[in-house]
Amino acid sequence: MADVNRGNRPLSPHLTIYRPQLTSITSILTRITGNALLLAALLIVWWFLAAATSPEYFALADAVITSWFGDLVMFLSLWALWYHTLAGVRHLIWDNAKMLELDAATKLGWAVIVGSVLLTLLTVAVI
Amino acid sequence: MHYLTDRKRVDGMGAAKSGVHHFWVMKVSSVALLGLIPLFVFTFGPMLGRPYEEVIAYFGRPFPAIVAALTIVVGFRHFKDGVQVLIEDYVHGWMQRALIIATILLSYTATAVGLFAIARIAL
Repeated sequence: MADVNRGNRPLSPHLTIYRPQLTSITSILTRITGNALLLAALLIVWWFLAAATSPEYFALADAVITSWFGDLVMFLSLWALWYHTLAGVRHLIWDNAKMLELDAATKLGWAVIVGSVLLTLLTVAVI
Repeated sequence: MHYLTDRKRVDGMGAAKSGVHHFWVMKVSSVALLGLIPLFVFTFGPMLGRPYEEVIAYFGRPFPAIVAALTIVVGFRHFKDGVQVLIEDYVHGWMQRALIIATILLSYTATAVGLFAIARIAL
């Protein structure tokens, strides 16, 4: 191997060195929301399985998912879902090498934050 | 070597091995979910907390059942491929492979359970 120095190379600046910026925070949140959605997804699959099994089992799953803790998980997951969806749209835009300039990227970041909150409130109001 | 084309000699030799395949499947599933997520939120959402009979009757209809099934299939596919990148970034060595395999197994299992449940309700 040409590169024998594998353990002690200078690394590019990372999370602990960079000052937090809107673009970095919104990017990190995309990853966190996407992976955290596993909990709600598994709860929903369980809810479907319970509904397919028996009325008694469904009563249990539905009680868990609509308890105060279930409500909290589903509400936060709803926001996470809209956030991740809008952040995904942002990536689809960036894939075309568009809106990568700092001011445009910052605008997109705010659009994702504000849009996800609005969509969450809208969904709660409609459902 | 004369029998190998230039393309054949470089295929799979880069750092990414499979080229842009992962990027492409993430893109396709994200575009699909862009349509599926709003449909699923506004069909599944109102059913939370409703009586058993109503839920069974609702997901016995084609549209809500097909939307739910598609969202589960594409959603867990997207999850499987997305978590793989997360794991590749932070975990290395055999633990990386173990976690990626565990994620794939979990995703397939959740997909199968979800599809079974919806099929049983709908049929």
